[in-house]
Amino acid sequence: MPGTLRIAYKLLVNDRAKYGALLVGITFAVFLMIEMTSLFSGVLARSSATVRNIGASIWVMDPAVQTVANSIPLPDYVLDEVRSIPGVAFAVPLYSGSALLKLSDGTYQAANVMGLDDTSLFGRPALTEGKIEDVFAENGFIAVKDSEFYKLGNPRIGAEFELNDNRGVIVGIAKVASSGLFGVPTLYTTYSRALQYIPSLRFTSSYLLVEPKSPADIAAIKARVKEIGYLALTKDEFIAQISNFYKFHTGIGTNMLIMTAISFIIGLSISGQTFYTFIIENIEKFGALKAIGAKGRDLVLMILFQAGFVSLTGFGLGVGLCALAIWTARLYLPDYAAIITGLNLVLAFLMVLIIAGASSYFGVRKVLTIEPFDIFRG
Amino acid sequence: MKVAIEARDVHKWFGEGDARTYAVKGVSFDAYFGELLYVVGPSGSGKTTMLSMISGILRPDQGQVRIDGTDIWSLPDDDLADFRLHKIGFVFQDFHLFPRLTTLENVAVPLILQERPWDDALAEARRDLDVVGLGHRADLPPVKLSGGEQQRVAIARALVSRPEILILDEPTASLDGDTGRTILEFIRREILTEQRCIVIVTHDSRIFDFADRIVQMEDGRLKSIERETLDAQ
Repeated sequence: MPGTLRIAYKLLVNDRAKYGALLVGITFAVFLMIEMTSLFSGVLARSSATVRNIGASIWVMDPAVQTVANSIPLPDYVLDEVRSIPGVAFAVPLYSGSALLKLSDGTYQAANVMGLDDTSLFGRPALTEGKIEDVFAENGFIAVKDSEFYKLGNPRIGAEFELNDNRGVIVGIAKVASSGLFGVPTLYTTYSRALQYIPSLRFTSSYLLVEPKSPADIAAIKARVKEIGYLALTKDEFIAQISNFYKFHTGIGTNMLIMTAISFIIGLSISGQTFYTFIIENIEKFGALKAIGAKGRDLVLMILFQAGFVSLTGFGLGVGLCALAIWTARLYLPDYAAIITGLNLVLAFLMVLIIAGASSYFGVRKVLTIEPFDIFRG
Repeated sequence: MKVAIEARDVHKWFGEGDARTYAVKGVSFDAYFGELLYVVGPSGSGKTTMLSMISGILRPDQGQVRIDGTDIWSLPDDDLADFRLHKIGFVFQDFHLFPRLTTLENVAVPLILQERPWDDALAEARRDLDVVGLGHRADLPPVKLSGGEQQRVAIARALVSRPEILILDEPTASLDGDTGRTILEFIRREILTEQRCIVIVTHDSRIFDFADRIVQMEDGRLKSIERETLDAQ
């Protein structure tokens, strides 16, 4: 490290009160910014949990569908039509619905029930206990061991429940990539059993899951589905559509954006003001350095280094604090939806850079205008 | 004796038109290597402004300053900063030591600004700290030192880059009489050499007898007065 930066480092960290105040300000701001954006990321990730867990390449749906949880049943002919598209390798129906379970202890619990195509079981989750073929046995259901699993009474294989006066038996325990957003447990069964146990409308398929013969066929499949009045979205497009719904049509995105902006402003205010005070208190020292022979760029580098160092340290502490807070929250609230993503970190980092830049800008301006003559004058 | 500082018809004014006020008006003088020169005068006489102009800190509005033959005010800003860093040592009235650095690091600051390696700069600074008798206080922050000790640290810092010109602004202003005389005795005995010119701005008459020459300023003008003459006043 160049000697001038080492001096800058010592001037900064040896002033413990100011250094502490700067760190607290930036750490707090970073913590709030990452916490807010992580909560939003968590909400978005969970809102499309079904799409991620099922994993189909293409989802066919009614054009009015906005989220995976609010499906609009499709007529049976759509399945035949889609299967007849040249680029389709296979297409299967998916049932997605809600049900009220009566558990063995007599309590009631709402649950999501996913009905998988009887022939292929396409979209089935990976089992950690049991065998997948047991889902074809009488009353067979697979319970998903996610953060909502305990709401089913932590069932083991063989556990029984009632669903609309039908007996259900847990024949397997599965793991999935992502838990759902709405805090209800998920059961998988066959498509036909789902229709048999849960009252349905005239049309029964919630979605059609499609695999193209090759990625090149996707565009033609989407075009053909559109011609028959329905919508085909790739997995990523469907996830993006769900995210956009929560971002722009629910107010959640706006609220999170406002909170993030407030965190940024708080961080900028605390850090900017404290750093400026730090510079003002050291202004005579900078003037003395200038008189001794320090060039303007030496002083600018020193200030940028100080601002950068304190900002990056605060960023690291803020990220660590946020991770600790989320980890602690999950110990007590398994449903706690917060995910620190790379994008969250980049966003917070950019904001910290802006805080550092703005804080140092005023300091640099002040230091560059100090006249060494003022040091002589006293 | 070789001329160290050559000031010719130096002017400095503030304001313009009717509001123009002269801080220094037409000052010319020479200072020589091996000389301890005092600049004295009452408050507001322009001696600090003069000192700033001959040390490359405040640009004169008119006139010329040469140090060791170099017209310093013709240098670009960065070159002038480099010139100060290598040729001129400063001891400020309030010392302006860095309270967050150790005494040793304070002394090493000019060498660090010269981009010398940190450890080398500290090793060299330690030698100068020993010269001023404060080697045993190297690791303390300056605030733990007495006024006289801080003054010596400031002197060590001014000397560490081996400057040819040493500028001291009111070096005894915050010291008691005995300490002030001790400091001046030390400067005279240990710091003044044939290759160095020392200029001291002061109005502390208790230390006038250490000077080789004393020049007096009044209302922005300068008149040279021999030490004996001043003592006789």
